[in-house]
Amino acid sequence: MRRAVGALLRKELALELRAPMTLAGMLLFSVTTLIVFHFALDERSVEGDLAAGVLVVTLLFAAMLGINRLFVTDHEEGGFDAFLLAPVDRTALFVAKALALLGFLFALELVMLPIFALLLLGPTLTAGVLGKSLLVLALADVGIAVIGTLVAALGIQTRARDLLVPLIALPLLVPVVIGAASGLSPVLEAAGDAAVPGRWLAILALYDLVFGLLAYAVFDFLLEE
Amino acid sequence: MTSLRILSLATVALLCGGFALAAFHAPMDANEGFVQKIFYLHVPLALVALGGFVFGAVAAVQHLRSGDPRHDLRSYVAIHLSLVLGIAVLVTGAIWAKASWGIWWEWREPMLVSFLIVFLLYCTYQPLRFSIEDREKQSRYASVFAVTAGAFVPLCFGAVRAAESYIHPQTFNSTDNLPGSMWLAFLVCLAGMTLLFVTLWRFEIAHKMTRARVRSLKRRLGGVDDPVVGRSAAPQLSSP
Repeated sequence: MRRAVGALLRKELALELRAPMTLAGMLLFSVTTLIVFHFALDERSVEGDLAAGVLVVTLLFAAMLGINRLFVTDHEEGGFDAFLLAPVDRTALFVAKALALLGFLFALELVMLPIFALLLLGPTLTAGVLGKSLLVLALADVGIAVIGTLVAALGIQTRARDLLVPLIALPLLVPVVIGAASGLSPVLEAAGDAAVPGRWLAILALYDLVFGLLAYAVFDFLLEE
Repeated sequence: MTSLRILSLATVALLCGGFALAAFHAPMDANEGFVQKIFYLHVPLALVALGGFVFGAVAAVQHLRSGDPRHDLRSYVAIHLSLVLGIAVLVTGAIWAKASWGIWWEWREPMLVSFLIVFLLYCTYQPLRFSIEDREKQSRYASVFAVTAGAFVPLCFGAVRAAESYIHPQTFNSTDNLPGSMWLAFLVCLAGMTLLFVTLWRFEIAHKMTRARVRSLKRRLGGVDDPVVGRSAAPQLSSP
């Protein structure tokens, strides 16, 4: 299981390093979305609730791009068939894909947060703010990666993939949005960063745990041919 | 078929009795007046709809475990009946909100907001089924969706509730000051609504089973198959 996950993960990373489509696309999309928010809200800088909302929505929609592309190459180039022929646990594919998506999301945030601070964020991005934001976002990323992988696998076999994946994933991710936005808003307050309320971290962690276990249990059924 | 007839009569009797109790026996609410009577319709509808979603998830688990298409049919019928009830829940909820707070929609009201999110999620169940051609794969994927969405229901309610301050009429947190006659009317209404769901569910299952049987009998007689009118994503049973 561990070797299979490692091999699949290496394949994902090699693909992304050779042609960095997903990550570059997500990054470009998030920067463009920040510009859209600047004009749509008509604000030169945002803070508190608004900053947390803008950041979470931007990252969520960028994640949708990654989720939509997650299984496309496997579906079109026969990666699924090759994987099903290999004598390994099917869940290895789920773990590897979720880890790859998690890695993409975290890398995106590492680059995105300084750009966000430069373009739109009112309070300065100190090490403390950055650390706390990354903590909240990391917990949110786990939830997005788990649900994203599950919904992407659900959608890949359907005819209306591009339509269905966001329609299913967005309502499922509402608790993540609630947790991440409410957890981030005290951190991004203009009056200086406050502690992250533990309640939101607990909600995000509970969500990650429940859907992680659930997706692990049901993923097998999405692969049988 | 006799059991269906008895079930239908019991549903009519319980629902009429419940609404009669609610209208004439239960006392008028001191704060809200007559408007509060919608409680006897709205809350049972919501509870039964959510129960239907959870039942759909349980049937989906059974379908995934056994591969028996009849469990998929049970899950499908439960979810789509709950969706129909869900529309009624949102409409009655909006009417109640308008009557007691003066607005049609209230974001600070966690129950209504969570219900909308759950409802929107389940709205994708039918499109998902429609967009998968292969019958066997369709039912398997639909069951995975139903299980995931079923687990999502309690989590969504918890998360939205944590995010909002409470203004929903907290009927169940103040049971000690809810008069017995109100409880009685509410419980009869809830039982009636549950029976309504069960009756409709049984009728639809019976209809789908019968249709599959008629089709296979016709085929066996060598007759021509009825042309299928309109596309359906409902599970197709190939009866013996």
